[in-house]
Parts: sequence; C-alpha cells; structure tokens
Amino acid sequence: MVSGMETLSETTPQQVAGRFGAYGGRYVPETLMAALEELEHAYAEAQKNPAFHARLDDLLHNYAGRPTPLYHAARLTEHLGGAKIYLKREDLLHTGAHKINNCIGQGLLAQRMGKQRIIAETGAGQHGVATATVCALLGMECVVYMGEEDMQRQELNVLRMRLLGAEVRGVSSGSKTLKDAINEAMRDWVTNVRTTHYLLGSVLGAHPYPMMVRDFHRVISKEAKRQILEKENRLPSAIIACVGGGSNAIGAFYEFIPEKDVRLIGVEAGGNGTTLGMHAARFRGGSPGVLQGTYSYVLQDDDGQVALTHSVSAGLDYASIGPEHAALHDSGRAEYTLATDEQALEATVTLARTEGILPALESAHAVAECIRLAPTLGQHEILVVNLSGRGDKDMGILARELKLKGAR
Amino acid sequence: MPIRFEQKPGLVVYLTVGDPDLETTHKVALAALDAGADVLELGVPFSDPLADGPVIQAASERALKAGTKLSDVLALAKELRRERPQAGLVVFSYLNPLLRYGVERFCTDAEDAGVDGVLATDMIVEEAAEYLEHLRRHKLKPIFLVAPTSPDERLKKIAAVTDGFVYAISRVGITGTQSSLAADAAGLVERVRKYTKLPVAVGFGVSNAGHVADVGRFADAAVIGSAIVATIEKVGRAEAPSSIARFIEGLRPAVSAADPAVSQK
Repeated sequence: MVSGMETLSETTPQQVAGRFGAYGGRYVPETLMAALEELEHAYAEAQKNPAFHARLDDLLHNYAGRPTPLYHAARLTEHLGGAKIYLKREDLLHTGAHKINNCIGQGLLAQRMGKQRIIAETGAGQHGVATATVCALLGMECVVYMGEEDMQRQELNVLRMRLLGAEVRGVSSGSKTLKDAINEAMRDWVTNVRTTHYLLGSVLGAHPYPMMVRDFHRVISKEAKRQILEKENRLPSAIIACVGGGSNAIGAFYEFIPEKDVRLIGVEAGGNGTTLGMHAARFRGGSPGVLQGTYSYVLQDDDGQVALTHSVSAGLDYASIGPEHAALHDSGRAEYTLATDEQALEATVTLARTEGILPALESAHAVAECIRLAPTLGQHEILVVNLSGRGDKDMGILARELKLKGAR
Repeated sequence: MPIRFEQKPGLVVYLTVGDPDLETTHKVALAALDAGADVLELGVPFSDPLADGPVIQAASERALKAGTKLSDVLALAKELRRERPQAGLVVFSYLNPLLRYGVERFCTDAEDAGVDGVLATDMIVEEAAEYLEHLRRHKLKPIFLVAPTSPDERLKKIAAVTDGFVYAISRVGITGTQSSLAADAAGLVERVRKYTKLPVAVGFGVSNAGHVADVGRFADAAVIGSAIVATIEKVGRAEAPSSIARFIEGLRPAVSAADPAVSQK
C-alpha cells in the first residue's frame, strides 16, 4: 500500500456524500463544484417530485420499451449442459442498449435545471447514440466527444449520432478512446458550465454521478428480480454483467445486493494479455487512485500516470471503474473476473448461433463468463446474464475479427 | 520561506517541469526568477490533465515522454531553493501522482526540498481534511483555487484553509491564452477579499503585459502559464532561458505601471 491511498480513504468520508466505502467522493477543479452541487440538489428535488417520476416512467415504458424481457435461453442452456440460463434483454431497448435508461433520466433533469446544451462522452457509441436520441426527443443541443480510435471502430454509431442531429467531436489525445473523450468533455463542461449539462454515461466521475446513474439503471434489477420470482419462484444463483465503468452491472446487481445467496459477478475486459496496457481489468492490474473526479481502482504506473488500456470492445476499454464496484470488490460482496477479446468473440458466435441473438461485444464478455460457469453448475441452478446491448454496431469489427467475408 | 510579492502586481510563473527536459526547466526557472518572477509554480506532468488547454496538455505529454517524475520535480525544487533562497516555490499537481507517491512521503520530501506551497488542481476543500494535516505538519502552505462559479459560502470555506496566496481563476474554462481578460475576474477577487487578507493571484488566460496591468488594478499578482509554456516550445531548448527572461521583463512596464494605491493590501 502506498500511504497516499490510506490518506484518501481516511479523508473525512462523512463530510462528503457519495462515498462507497473508501471510494467515490469529488475530485474536480473548483470551477465545477457549483455545478455538481446544483446537480445534486436538482436530482434530490426531482426524486421527490411525482411529476418527474411519472414522466420518466412513461418514457421508459412507451419510448424506450421497458420492461425488457427476461428470456429463458433454452438452446444455450442445453448447449452448455449446466445451469439454466436467463438473459435480461436490455439489448431490445430503443437505441440498442441499457444506456437509454440513464439518458432519459438525466435529460429530464437537465430540462428541469433549464440547461439546453448537453455534452456527453462515448466509448462504444451506445451512450452517445442514446444521448443524441434523448436530445432530439427533448429538443436540446447535443455535443458528443469520442476518441478517434473509437470513431473508427464504431463508425456506424458516429453516423447515427450525426443523423440524430448531434455534433460528434473527435478526440485525438492519449489513446484516443473513452478516457480521453471524458477529459475533453470535462474541459468543455468547465468552460460552458453555466449553460451546459454533462450527461455522463456511466457510474463514474464526481458525486452525484455514480449514485444518480446507478439509480437510473436500478430498474434493470428491479424488473429482473420480479421476473425471476414470477418464472421460477426463487432467486438465481448468480447475476453476470460486463463492467466497463460499470453502469449496466450496478443496475443489474443493485436489488440483489441484500440477497446474500445471489452471487454478483462482474466481467472486466481481459483484452489480449496480462501486461499493463493490454487489457482493462482494473481489479487485476489496478490500484486505488483518483481519475476524472472519483477515487477508485485505476490502471496506473508507479508514478501515478494513468495506463493505456486495450479491449476489443470500446465500451469496456477504460482505465478506472465505478467507485461502488470498488467497494463491492473490497467487501467481497461482488466478484470480478475477466474475459479476453478472444473469449468475447467466441461467445458472440455461440450466442448468435444457439439463440439467434447478436450481443454487443461488451455484453459478450458477460456471455463468455456464463459459458465458462454454466457447465460447472447443476441444472437446478439459475444464471441471469445482463445482455446490456446488441451487436449491430460491432459488425465491422466482427467481420474483420471473425473473417466472415467469404466464410460460411 | 514566506511567499512574498515584492512588486505590485507580483508575478507567478508556471512551468511544466521536464518540458522539454529537466535541464531546460532548471535554466528557465532561474531565468524567470532573475527576470522578476516572485513565485514559481512547478507543474508535475500528468497523463490526464483535464483542467488544462492544449498548450499545457502537449507540454505534459512531452515531459512524460522525457521520463519526468514527481521525484524530479522535488529535486529541482531543492536545487532552486539552494540557488535562490528568496524565491517562492509551489508544487502544482493533479492529485493522483501525489497519492501514488504517498501524501506523507511527498510532504516530507517537499519540506526537505524547501517547497513553500502545494496546489492540487483536483483537490477540493471538502475532501481535504487529512491532506491539510499532512501539509501543515510539514509547514507547506495549502493553496486552493477559487472560481467565478464559486458561491460566497465556498469562497469562505476555501479562504479559511488556504495559505500563501489565493489563486483566483479569471474565467470559467481551462488553462490557455485569451485576447482579453474576462470581466469575471475582478468581481471574483472582490468577493474573495471579503474572506481573506492573503494576497490574491489571478490566473488562466493571463498572457501579456496588458493582462498583467489589468490584473494589477484589482489583484496582487498575475499567474502566467500557457504563454510561458508556449514560448519554451516555440524557441526550443537553447533559446528558452533568454526568451523567457525577455518575456518576463516585457511584463515589467506593466508591473510598474500598475497603480499601487489600488492593489496595496
């Protein structure tokens, strides 16, 4: 342990809300503090406001397509020959991923705060698309920051955002991926803070974001819990979700946290190696630190410089992880494992060919863990995989990686 | 060492340490002090400088590529302290390199090096209780930022724990040059003075003699960062010390032109 870490963890957690165990907090330039306090206040007010909830619920139901099905994947179950597998079908939501849950929530909140300009970062482009969608719906200006490498590998989503009326600004600094897009979004926010809401897309950043984004995704586990009890009259053995920043995972875990018999399994991106720079497995190679407003596990070198990361999935390719996951990790309540690029690609094919469902490469990491785990469990056990997004956006990568052209 | 602004307004000069290399930073630092800088902010390069504009981002990248570490920054401070006992020396960093080094270890080494103060860009007062204990134990002055968006209650909280000088951000935004100084700055300085007797330095976008003169009308010191860093990049290693000396001397007519009656504390 480096003494600085102990220092931070003991730094008056009670003074600042937004702590998850030792993690979370607020580490931002002073210019942003007023906006964070305004947001925290507006969110607390909105939570108490029945009209806000009515509008949110209406849009989640009639616009986004909630509740999403909890689907019994019978062919995959049979193929693996172990635990009974259910898929929580967030991939069926409008715009193709769970991200829309949070975007509708924050979009309505921005409207309440009178902020007409929305900025966002995006990795895989799913959060960018969902943000652009909500901005179109609510008539707001939208600017999305995206690393240039991600713009290339998720080009379809770039085109979707532009079609929806958003401006996509390429970011060429650092590794040209999600972390760099967040830096640039923060720079925009610090400059335009008086008129702009930063619609952060994961359970990252300074308080209240990790708490608020989690709350907007809690609906996933609320539905899943109700649905599994209806179908099976018991709780599953485990919930499996991929973890980049960790928004779909915390949404899928949250209502099950008090249910001690339900294992919570987060799957990080193992990339293509165990060396720093080859993966995005924060709990394997990371240590506590401050990145982009929050104290959590960070992939970094001995000097506190943030490491480059790699994953075939842009949405998991990030050097830190939501602070609540850091706390769940340290307490042992959740387990974190990883799937490599290759395992995720294989899982994509397996799910496509057994169930006719094409998962996003991010979600395929959760499927990969399911494929590994299910055969080790008895048939009476139940696994729920949060299928956080669909894979249409990944066709370019899949075509290249799987050499689909000319193959059968 | 007390942080003193001998002339009004005082000059605080920011350098990204290790850009383009440590030897150049060392020479530029001496040249800046000899040309009239009161305080040097020794910038610790960081991989993710989210409060900085393109100029300092690029400087950080170059400094990291050159292998600059926090220990190098402290070693440089120690040299400068030995060579210029009267200079104000502030370590200017993002939090994570300090955490990784260990805050207590950092403070021990900074005190040993003769550093006067520490400014961590992304440390806010609410999170700072233990950080402040470490700094105070080692007689290091905690310097915090105040922003035009900071309401009075926050200015009061910040002023209560800041020492050395208060760093007032001239406008909302990131570091970098601008053509004219925002009207935000004077109002902010006036508001923060309600809560502190410390000198107030204004930075972000202060880049020429005209800006320095403007700042001199309502504040105690001007912070020059990106303009210095950009000059070093432009002229290169060999010319950097003399160019920076000339640049800072060029700010001096403005220094002496400022009305002392207004900025007297």
